[in-house]
Amino acid sequence: MEHSIAIELKGITKRFGQTVANRNVDLDVRRGEILAILGENGSGKTTLMNMIAGIYYPDEGKIFFNGKEVIIRSPHDAFEHKIGMIHQHFKLVDLFTAAENVILGVHEKGGYDLKSVNERVSQIAQKYGFHIDPKKKIYDMSVSEKQTVEIIKVLYRGADILILDEPTAVLTPKESDQLFDVLQRMKEDGKSIILITHKMNEVLAVSDRVAVLRKGEHVATVNTKETNQSELTELMVGKKISLNIERTMPIETKKRLIVKGLKVSNIDGRKVLDDVSFHANGGEILGIAGIAGSGQRELLEAISGLQKIDEGEITFINPKKNKPVTFFHKSLQTVKDLAAQNAFHTESGHPVSFEGMPSKQIKKWVEAGEILFNEDEIINLRDKTPLQIRELGVRLSFVPEDRLGMGLVGSMGIADNMMLRSYRKGKAGFLDRRRPRQLADEIIKRLQVSTPGSSTPVRRLSGGNVQKVLVGREIAFSPKVFMAAYPVRGLDINSSYTIYELLNQQKKNGVAVIFVGEDLDVLLELCDRIMVINSGKISGVVDARNATKEQLGMMMTKSTEDHAKEMV
Amino acid sequence: MKNKSSSPKEPLVHLTKRMDISPLCALGVRVLAFLFGMIICGLVAFLLIERLNDNPERIGEFYQCFIKGPFSTRRKLWKFLKNSAVLLCIALALAPAFRMRFWNTGAEGQTLVGVLGAIAVNFYLGGKIPEWQLLVLMLFASLLCGAIWAIIPAVFKAKWGTNETLFTLMMNYVATYLVSYFLVVWVPNGSSSLGKLSHGKLPSFYHDYLLIILIVLGLTILLHIYLTHSKHGYEISVVGESENTARYVGINVNRVIIRTMLLSGLLCGLAGYLIGAGLDQSITPNSVGGQGFTAIMVAWMAKFNPFAMVITSSLISALGQGAEQISQDFNVSGAFPDVIIGIVLFFIIASEFFINYEIHFHKRHNMAKEVLKG
Repeated sequence: MEHSIAIELKGITKRFGQTVANRNVDLDVRRGEILAILGENGSGKTTLMNMIAGIYYPDEGKIFFNGKEVIIRSPHDAFEHKIGMIHQHFKLVDLFTAAENVILGVHEKGGYDLKSVNERVSQIAQKYGFHIDPKKKIYDMSVSEKQTVEIIKVLYRGADILILDEPTAVLTPKESDQLFDVLQRMKEDGKSIILITHKMNEVLAVSDRVAVLRKGEHVATVNTKETNQSELTELMVGKKISLNIERTMPIETKKRLIVKGLKVSNIDGRKVLDDVSFHANGGEILGIAGIAGSGQRELLEAISGLQKIDEGEITFINPKKNKPVTFFHKSLQTVKDLAAQNAFHTESGHPVSFEGMPSKQIKKWVEAGEILFNEDEIINLRDKTPLQIRELGVRLSFVPEDRLGMGLVGSMGIADNMMLRSYRKGKAGFLDRRRPRQLADEIIKRLQVSTPGSSTPVRRLSGGNVQKVLVGREIAFSPKVFMAAYPVRGLDINSSYTIYELLNQQKKNGVAVIFVGEDLDVLLELCDRIMVINSGKISGVVDARNATKEQLGMMMTKSTEDHAKEMV
Repeated sequence: MKNKSSSPKEPLVHLTKRMDISPLCALGVRVLAFLFGMIICGLVAFLLIERLNDNPERIGEFYQCFIKGPFSTRRKLWKFLKNSAVLLCIALALAPAFRMRFWNTGAEGQTLVGVLGAIAVNFYLGGKIPEWQLLVLMLFASLLCGAIWAIIPAVFKAKWGTNETLFTLMMNYVATYLVSYFLVVWVPNGSSSLGKLSHGKLPSFYHDYLLIILIVLGLTILLHIYLTHSKHGYEISVVGESENTARYVGINVNRVIIRTMLLSGLLCGLAGYLIGAGLDQSITPNSVGGQGFTAIMVAWMAKFNPFAMVITSSLISALGQGAEQISQDFNVSGAFPDVIIGIVLFFIIASEFFINYEIHFHKRHNMAKEVLKG
C-alpha cells in the first residue's frame, strides 16, 4: 500500500492566554492509515485537530497539505483541502432528515434535488457499510445514527481526511465495533482517519500508528504493531518526576464520609456513576485519579447536594463523641428527642435523662456545654440541598473545578465573595460586610494573594490568586470534609505548592480531604490513598506510598471488560 | 495539484476580549461615541433639512436646539424633569431584573396595566369615596396589576424555562389590547377616547410635577440600597452572574427569579400610577408611549446602576426634547426626533464593542522584528 503523506504539521503552537495548549508540534498523517491521537484530557489533542479543521488558527507553525503549505482559516477552507472533522457534540438540525442535514451548506451546481441527494447518501452508506435511512428525521435517531449522519456529511463533501473526536464516548461497545469496521473500510479506500481518544484498547485494536501527546507536546509516534499497552501508558503519563511534596503519616484516621452503591445518571439518562462505594477518613488525603469526565465532578457534586442521586447512600460521621451538644444546628426539641434515645452523658460520665425537666434547665445545661454525646453523630446526606446539609451542622467544603463559574462570582471583589457562604447569617435584611472584609484581608495576607484590594473583581486576578481566594474561603469555616476538584489546574509552581500546603494543613487538623487530580505525580506524592475512577466505576483504591504511575495509568484507561477478564 | 491553494495569508484582523478597561477610559470611549453621533446627526440634518442645506451657517442654530429644547424656558425645564423622572422610574423597575440577567422587555405593558389599574379604580369609584381613599386604592390597583403582569412570565421561566424576552414582549400586546377593550366598554359612543377624569389626581406641591420627581428620586436611593446592601440584592447579583454559583451556595434560583420580577412589576405598576394619577387622569393604548422600551436603553447604558440611570434618562429625554425643538424651528417632519435619537443611541451602543474587544491588525513586519529580537 502506498504511504504518501497527506498532511504534515510543523512547529505548531497554540496559546490561550497564558496557557499553552500545543507547543511546537510536528506530526504527519499518511494516506490510507488510521492514526490514533492518544493523550490524557487537557493534553491538547482536540485543540491540535481543531487547527487542522479550521476551528482555531495556529499562533505559530505551518501546515502542509500534499507537500504544499496551506492556510486553513475556516472549516470551509478545511473542506477545500478535503479535511473533515466529526466533533464530539453533533451539529445537526433536529427537524431535518439525514439527507437534508448532509447537504446543508453545500453549494452545488444545479438545483436542489433532494432525490439525488438521498441516492448519493445511500450510495455512500452502502460503500462503507453504514446503515442509514436518508429520509429519517434527526429527532427520531439514536446517538449512533446521528454520528453516522455526521460522518456521511463529511464524506459527501468529499473529505479524504477524517478527524473523529472521541467517537466512542457516546456509543455502546457493539456500536463502537461497527464504527471501527466502517473506519477500516474507509482506510482501505485510501482515506486517512485520525482518531482522537484516550481509550487504550481502541488504540491497540484499530490504529496503524499512535501519536502520543502529553501536556501539549508531541511525545512520540509509534507503530501500533510494535508497541504495547504499558509502553503507551508510560508515554502518555510520562516518567515519574519527584516533586518533593511534604507528606506526613496520617494519625488516628477515622471514617468520616461513607459512600455506598452510588448511582447517578446525566440528563440523557446515561450512567455517569455506577455503583460507587468508598470511604474517606479524617486526617488523610484521599486522591481521586481518572481521565477527566469519568464521573469525578458528579461524585463531588452528589456528595455536596448538587446532583440528583438515583440510588445509594452518602453518610457523614460527625466526630462528636464526648463533645458537647449545642443549639447551633439543633432545636430544643431535637435535643430532647436525642436525650430520650440515651444519646448523651454528663461530664462526670452519668447518662442524661431530661424526663420531667423544665426546658429552661435543659437550655442552661446545654449552653454551659455540660451535655456530651455518647457516640459520633451519623448524618445522612442523601437528597439534601447544600443549604440543608449546612443546617444539619455538616461542615463540608467544596472547591469546584469551575472556579469562577461555580465557586466564586467573577464580577465581585474578594470581600463579597467571602460572603457567599455566610451572607445569610443574622436576621436583618441587610448585609454585614464588616466580617467578610476582615476575612478577605486576612486571606490576602496569609495566602499572599496579589490583588490591588479586597474589592477588585476576582475575575481580574490571575488563576493562582483566584484559587487562593476560593480555597481560603472554603478553609475559613473549619471544615470536617474538604473536597477539591483539580485545585492546581492552570496554577504556577508556587501557587500549586501553597495549595498542597493548605491541604496538608487540613489533613493535620483531622479533616477528611478528597483531592481530585489529573497530575499523577502530584497524586502519588501528596495523597495517602488513591482511588481510581474509570467510566463512572471505581477500578480500585491503592496505597499512594507504594503505587506506581503505570499502575494508575492502567487502572484509568483499561476498559472495564478487560479488567473483569483479568480478575477472573 | 487539484486544490487551488491560495498564497499563504493570515487573517487580516482578529479580535480579543479585553479583560479589563479602566472606568475612565470606558467613559471616554462613550463620550467620544456620543460626540461622533452628534456630528453624524449634523451631517444627516444637512441631507434631510432643506433650510439647513440652503443656509449652512445655521448649523450652529441646529446644535443650539439641543440646549434650547429642554432648558430655554421654565415650562420646558419642568417638562424635561418630568420626562426624565417617568423614564427613570421605569428604568429603575427594570434594574433588578436586568441585574439578574432576566431580560424583561415587558416594562411597556407592565406600566400600561399599572395605568389601567389606576384609571379603572378612578373610573368606577371617582367621586363616590373621599379623594385620599381613591388615591390609595388607585395605588394598590396599579401595583397589583404591574405585579401580575411581571409575575406570569417569571413563573413560566422558573417552572418551565420559557424564554423571558419573548414572553414579556408578548405580554405588552396583551396589555395594549386590554386597554383598547376597556376603552370600548367605558366609552360606548364609538370614539373610544376617554376624556380627562375629574377625580383621582395626585396633590401638587409648588409645581404639578414636583411630587413625581421627588418620589422617583427617593426611589432611586432606596433601590440603590436594596441592590447593593441587602441580602436580596446580593442574591440577585449572584444569580445574574452564574446560576451554578447560586446553586452551589444553596440559593433557590427560582424563588429569586420570581421575587425579583415581582419587585420589577411593582415598580412598573408604580410608574403606571404616576402616569395615571399624577399626569394624565386618562388612558389610551399609547399612554406609556414607548417609554417602556426606551427605559431598557436607559438601564442598559447605565449598566443597571440606579444613580447612573439618573444621567442616562436625563440624556435621552434632553435629546428627545432637543430634537423636537429642531423639528419645530426647522419645520421638518415629526419623525425627525426619532432619527436623531436613533443615530446617537446607535453610536453609544456600538461603542460597547470597542470597550469589550480589542482589535489587532496583523503586521507581518512587526512580527518579523519580534522574532529577530527574540
